Formats: sequence, structure tokens, C-alpha cells
Amino acid sequence: MTVLLEMQGITKKYGDFTANHDIHFDVRKGEIHALVGENGAGKTTMMRMLYGMEQPTAGRILVNGKEVHFHDPSQAIRHGIGMVHQHFMLFPSFTLAENIVIGGEPKKGAFFDRQSAADKVRELGERYGMPIDPWKKAGDCPLGIQQRTEILKVLYQGADVIILDEPTGVLTPGEVKELLAAIKGLAAQGKSFILITHKLHEVMEAADRITVLRDGVITGQMAANDTDEEQISRLMVGRELVQMSRAAREPGEKVLDIQAIKLAGGKGSKPLLDDVSLSVRRGEIVGIAGISGNGQSELLQVISGLRQPDRGTVELNGADVTGAPVRQIREQGLAHIPEDRYLWGASRDATVLDNGLMGHQQRFRKRGLIDRSSLRKVMNEWVQRFAIKTGSLDTQAQFLSGGNLQKLIAAREFAQQQPFLIAAEPTRGVDVGAMELIHGELLERCRGGDGILLVSSELTEILKLSDRILVMYEGRIAGELTAEQATEEQISLLMAGGKRQS
Amino acid sequence: MDQLFDISLFNSTLRILTPILLAALGGAICARVGLFNVGLEGLVLVGAFSAILGNHLLGNVWLAVLFAVICVMLFSLLFAYVSINLRANVIVVGISLNFLAAGLTTFCLRAIFDVKGAYYDKNMQGLPRWDIPLIKDIPVLGGIVSGHSPLVYAAFAAAILMWVYLFKTVSGFRLRAAGENPVAAQSLGIPVRRIQYGAVLVSGALCGLAGAQLSLGQVTMFTEGMTAGRGFIALVATMLGQSNPLGVVASSLLFGLMDAFSIRLQGFALPAQFTQMLPYIMTLAAMFFFKDRSYLKDAQRANGSSR
Repeated sequence: MTVLLEMQGITKKYGDFTANHDIHFDVRKGEIHALVGENGAGKTTMMRMLYGMEQPTAGRILVNGKEVHFHDPSQAIRHGIGMVHQHFMLFPSFTLAENIVIGGEPKKGAFFDRQSAADKVRELGERYGMPIDPWKKAGDCPLGIQQRTEILKVLYQGADVIILDEPTGVLTPGEVKELLAAIKGLAAQGKSFILITHKLHEVMEAADRITVLRDGVITGQMAANDTDEEQISRLMVGRELVQMSRAAREPGEKVLDIQAIKLAGGKGSKPLLDDVSLSVRRGEIVGIAGISGNGQSELLQVISGLRQPDRGTVELNGADVTGAPVRQIREQGLAHIPEDRYLWGASRDATVLDNGLMGHQQRFRKRGLIDRSSLRKVMNEWVQRFAIKTGSLDTQAQFLSGGNLQKLIAAREFAQQQPFLIAAEPTRGVDVGAMELIHGELLERCRGGDGILLVSSELTEILKLSDRILVMYEGRIAGELTAEQATEEQISLLMAGGKRQS
Repeated sequence: MDQLFDISLFNSTLRILTPILLAALGGAICARVGLFNVGLEGLVLVGAFSAILGNHLLGNVWLAVLFAVICVMLFSLLFAYVSINLRANVIVVGISLNFLAAGLTTFCLRAIFDVKGAYYDKNMQGLPRWDIPLIKDIPVLGGIVSGHSPLVYAAFAAAILMWVYLFKTVSGFRLRAAGENPVAAQSLGIPVRRIQYGAVLVSGALCGLAGAQLSLGQVTMFTEGMTAGRGFIALVATMLGQSNPLGVVASSLLFGLMDAFSIRLQGFALPAQFTQMLPYIMTLAAMFFFKDRSYLKDAQRANGSSR
């Protein structure tokens, strides 16, 4: 098979920090080459160099056997390299057709020929088996369609090699299946893919070859047929992963007890929460499964005091906290890893130090001022314990990778030492190592007698950690299962609104 | 009621709305590239002064208008450089420009013309009034539409041209792209900065025309702070019109009408101070009326997508 793209001895340094060291990597025609590694391993840096967003410190990049130097993405695009970014680069108020043809718009004189753009886009979608409605606004489309639009955009730009950066992070399981099928179809038509991910089952399903990166160095390169998930994760993490299991526990008294919570929706719509009652005991993890948007977010907001319920009571650690201010609820015994780390969990523009301080202001107070030196001491412990990769404590939080920011938030909330913890999507978008660490910590806290409410859209996570599993559907608890009786099929059925078979 | 609504009310509406419309169009094109231009007031004020200065120096009203346009474009470059290259907060830059313009024009008025408060030269030519053949003979319509300064017609032409440009041409499409998601636009090789500079310059040119209409079209004089908040009204018109040139025409019409109305009401023995509040009360009322319209939703969505 012909080699389309090659990186020879690529090294990238930022000051003293080596992001990539002596990378040799190539892509052949019609193959799906997976690039795996933990957050911060240097995958993104490597791709930014291929796409002209960064220039290598040393080494050569060859396209079709000829050396190239890209200084901006448009040069990479001209050489047939396209990139679908992790955070989509779409214009929400533009139609899908406009989003796809931008940069190469069909024209009539100086005018934008939108009809012919729509026709071209429709034809392109059909040719590659990814149909879309060209006249729909991008902002109104589900993420799966937005992703499809991104791929069609790079195809429209004439890409032969398409870089997909964490393409499945935001997709539902069904959309992931469709995506993987679509790229396999495109590969069969001669397009090549670089698939960046840390989800190993996706790699095993789709990839032809796999390159593993750790700390900026390639630790393994093999055909997908010759390897398995264990070997890859060993190469990624650099050690064996510990198999964790839930030990049977004897739960204690109730730490959270909510009764008949009701939260009305907008005018004429269904209630967001309808008669939800649940309790969490000390030493128990209660998992809430459900497709996102079925009331989980609202439930957490009611418990943590961010939203007032219309009816019902919330009792935390023996006191009624219904409608109480957030701070009072937290002092009463709540720690909270929120579901959206950028919206609720952290301030992007604040430093790592300030983000760690949030919620701990009272603890680090000395004569009315913040005692930064002891805060620093404590935070350095967190950074070590949770292996948070950050330049320094004074780096802005936005420069941390998603997984490292999540570890920071988790460390902060664990440090609250409260008897009840909400963990909402605690491992969304984090790598295997971080996931292992956060899961281990959750089980540890539970063993220590804390009650944990775990909300996750990842079924494997729910099944692995929970003692009891509640499934939410359209604002109601659709069913409750114990860890022993729960199976993935049963939960999936309840999640989709099916009746529980008894 | 006949005394309240007549042809001359609508005629003066068109005259009064022109500076607001021109400035609001300038605000709209800036908003479309993601630079919210709070400095419209200052830009118009500089335009008004430089139009008088140009007329004084060059002795020709057309050259004076051109002079005003060039001066304001240069002045707006300051806005562009500080907010695009130095990445300063655009609101702060806009407000500083307003104060700078107020001080600068007052200072220049004293330094160049050696007068305080206002400069007036009875020999100075203002902008001519154009009687449009055929239309001027149509009853009612002719009385409203005909007999204005050329800048009144230019303002409406500019609105239509801008609409066509933004929504029908490829170049306008890319301009909107640069404003909506600059990172994505950059990744496609769209020269975001150059587009932003272009938009600010166009905005400067439009504000220059707005200023010329103020000091040469309605009267032929310059007084300190003669914009009297029109730049801010224009800003509101930009927002109310959702940065769509045709929407901006509609909202400017509303404000122009209110303004004309307030002048008219003074003839009804209402205190001038009271009637002068009318356009501003209308502005506040408009905000309430439009509070849950899509502008807010777009803003929220834009906020969300930057996560």
C-alpha cells in the first residue's frame, strides 16, 4: 500500500518541555491508523504539527514522499490533510451546507450560490453514505450530525488523510456506532484516517494499525489483529492496571433522603422531575443511569441547592435543607463533582491554585486573608496524589487537558471531607489512568463510610461501582436494581423507557 | 391629531434618523465581526467636527464630506488597533474613544476656530437638498421622500448594499463567519484580522457620513457634544435590529420618529425637557419589549459554544 503521509524523527519542544520526541509515524492509503495515549501524552501536539498549527523543532514531514513545511492549516488542507477537531469548528447560525462549503463556496460572480452549495453537499453526503439536510442550521442539529458535517467539510476540501481528534467523546453510543461504520466505509473507498482516542474498544473495532504514545514517545506500533486491549493499556499507562472490585458492604444510616421531588418544566411541557424519591446511605454508592437529559442534571441541581423544587423535601445528614442556600447545604455535608467541568466545575481563566481554593475559602483563611502558602502546600499534595499534569499551580485552568482538570476538581471535592458526595460524570473525557484513580478514590471513600450518588451516562461505570442502580427516564425513576441483579440489557431497556420485566 | 401627524413630521423623521441609521449600520458591521463598537458616539462627533473643518479648509461641501470620512476612518483605526492587535476589552476601548472624541473636538474647536461652545460661519455652504424628479410631484410621498440632503438617500442605499453584501456575497459570508466563530474561521484560512480591520474602517466611514449629516445636513454649524447621545441611540438601534441592516433601518425609523415626535410635542406646550425624554423612554421600553427575543438566545448560545 502506498504511504501518503510520513513523520520522520519529529521532535517538538516548548522551552524545556519536550512534547514529542523522535516520532516516526506514517499513514497508508485506505487505512485507519489509531493514535492512542493518555491525556497529555502528546497526541494533539503531533497532529497540530501535521495540520500546520505548530512547527516541529526537528524532523521532517513528508506528503506523498515529498518534504513539506506547513505554516498554517490552509497549506495542510491544500496537501489533502483535513482535521476534525475535538471541539467542533462549526458556525451554529449557518446552515450545514454553508458550514461545509465555507472557504470554497460555489459562486455566481461575487454572489454565494447557496442552491448549488446545497446540491453539492447533498450529493457529497450520499456518495459517502453520510446523508444530511443541507438547509438545516448547524446549531439545531444533534452532535452526531454536527460531527458528520465536520467530516463532510474536510471531504469537500479534498482531504485524503483525515485526522479525527477524540471524535466520540460527545456522542451517544448509537452515534458512535454510526460514526465508526461511516469511517470504515470511507476507508474502503480509499480515504485514510488518523483516529485519536483513548477509548480502546473503539480502536479495536475500527483501526487497522495502532500507535501508542506515552509522555511524548512512541511506546508501541502494531497491527490491530496482533494485539488486545490489555497490551495497549499497558503501553499507554506504563504499568498494569489494577482490577478493582466492589466489596460487599453493610450500608449505614441514611445520609441523603429526598422525598417526592417535583420540578415543573416550561409552559405546556412535561415536568422536569416528577415525584422523585431516593435515599443514599452511608457506605453505599447509588448509581443513576439514564440517557442524558432525562432529569439527572435537574435532580442534582435540586439536591445541591442550585434550583428550588416546586414540591418535595431534601434531607441531608439529618437536616431538612429543602430550598436552603448552596453554602448552607455544602456545610451540612455535601461535596459535589459537577457534571460539566467548564460550566459548573471550574473557572477557565482562573489559575489552578484559585480553582483549588474554591469551596475551601473558609479553611484557608488567616486573619481575614487567604493563606496562600498553606494552600500551596495542600495543593501540591493533590497534584502528586492525583498525578495532575500542570505547568505550575499558577497556570490558567484552561491550559489543562480535560482529564487533568477533572482530576483537579475531583481532588478538590474529595478534600471537602463531607459525608455525602455527588459524582456526576466523574470520568467523562478522562483517560484510563485518571479513570482508574478516580474510581479507586470513590470506592475508598465509600469504604470509609461516605454516601455517594453517582450519575453517569457510561453504563460500564455505573455497573462497576454502584451498589444500587436507579434508572431515570423523562424525569421519573423508571426502575431500581441491585448490583447483583442488574445487567446491561435490563438497564438499557429502562433507559429507553421500556417497562421492567419482573 | 392632524397637527400631530402630518407630512412634515415624517419628512423630519427621515432627516433626523439619518445620522442614527448611518452610525447604527457602522455598529452592525462591527458587531458582525465580533467587535461591539461602543465608540459610535465618539466617531460621529469626530465626523461632525471634521466635516465643518473640511468645509472651512477646502471650501467645498463634497470635499468636506470626504474629509470627514477620511478623518473618522483614521480615528477608527485607533479602535481597531487597540481592540484587535492589543486585544483590549472592546467596551473599554469604545468608551475611551467617546471621551477622547469629546475632548479632542472641544480642544480643536478652541485651537483652530478660537471659539467656545459652537462654531458658525454664515457664509458656509451646507449640504444641498435634492428634489427628486417625478417623485416630488406625487402627493404625500413626494413631500416625505423628496427634498433631503443626499446623505439621507445614501444612508438607505448603504443599508440595502450592506444587506446584499452580508447575506448574498461570498465575501460577506466569510465576514459573518469570522465574527461568529473566529477560531474556526482562522482554521479555514479566513483572514479574520484583516476582515475585522475592514469592518472597523467601514464603520468609521459610515460614522463620518453620519457626522457630516449632523453638522452640514441639518444645520451648518458645530457645537460641542452635538451628537447628544445619538451614537448611543444608534448602538441600541444596532442591537434592536439584531445587526441586520434591514432590521437596523426599522429600529432607526422608530427612533427617528420618536425624535421628530418629541420636537413636535414641544409645540403643544409640553416642556421641552419632558418631550426630549421620549426617545430615551422609548429605548428603555424597546428593551423590555425585545427582552426575550432571539438576540438573547443567540448570545446565550454563543456563550455556550465557547465552552
